[in-house]
Amino acid sequence: MFSPSHFTAVLLFALCASTVFGITMRETPRRMLRYGLYCFALFVGSAIVLSWGMYLIAR
Amino acid sequence: MAPHSAPAAGKDSPQGFVYLPLIAGWLVPGAGHFLVRKWGRGALLALAILSMFVLGIVMQGKVYSSAHDILDMLGFVGDLGSGLLYIGSRVLGFGADQVQVTTADYGTRFIVIAGLLNVIAAVDAHNLRTGRKPL
Repeated sequence: MFSPSHFTAVLLFALCASTVFGITMRETPRRMLRYGLYCFALFVGSAIVLSWGMYLIAR
Repeated sequence: MAPHSAPAAGKDSPQGFVYLPLIAGWLVPGAGHFLVRKWGRGALLALAILSMFVLGIVMQGKVYSSAHDILDMLGFVGDLGSGLLYIGSRVLGFGADQVQVTTADYGTRFIVIAGLLNVIAAVDAHNLRTGRKPL
């Protein structure tokens, strides 16, 4: 059984989802790459921000 | 005046069964793009969706087989988006029946999202086939 940490799971999820979003939502390869990187950064960045937010609320 | 312009209007209209990439893309991830000769895009989509589904299975994620409430129903619909991957996993008995550890909960989401991403990819292949999205 594969048991990744929560952050590793976020990275894997973001990688796969942003690949699909990049290819399907844009028309040229350059714009696909840029949009894919943008989605990846938003997925990971929002997970980090929300995690810190929940940590500070719980204290 | 352009008396012979009528036949030219249908020159760029798609020929054949336009829903084939949609159906093929739903059944096999990336197959819709392969049918419209987008080999690189199809391979990347297949890799991303297949990886997500397999990661969900190896994390002991739940593969929905029936719907007891609205959340189960939504998960079932999401799983169905994977096409033959879902049918194969049901036939071969992959995935867990019950979520018992946190990782399995992640895995369940991975499997559902893989199905939903596959639907997006199949619709994209259909748009390429019909010309709604430029090739």
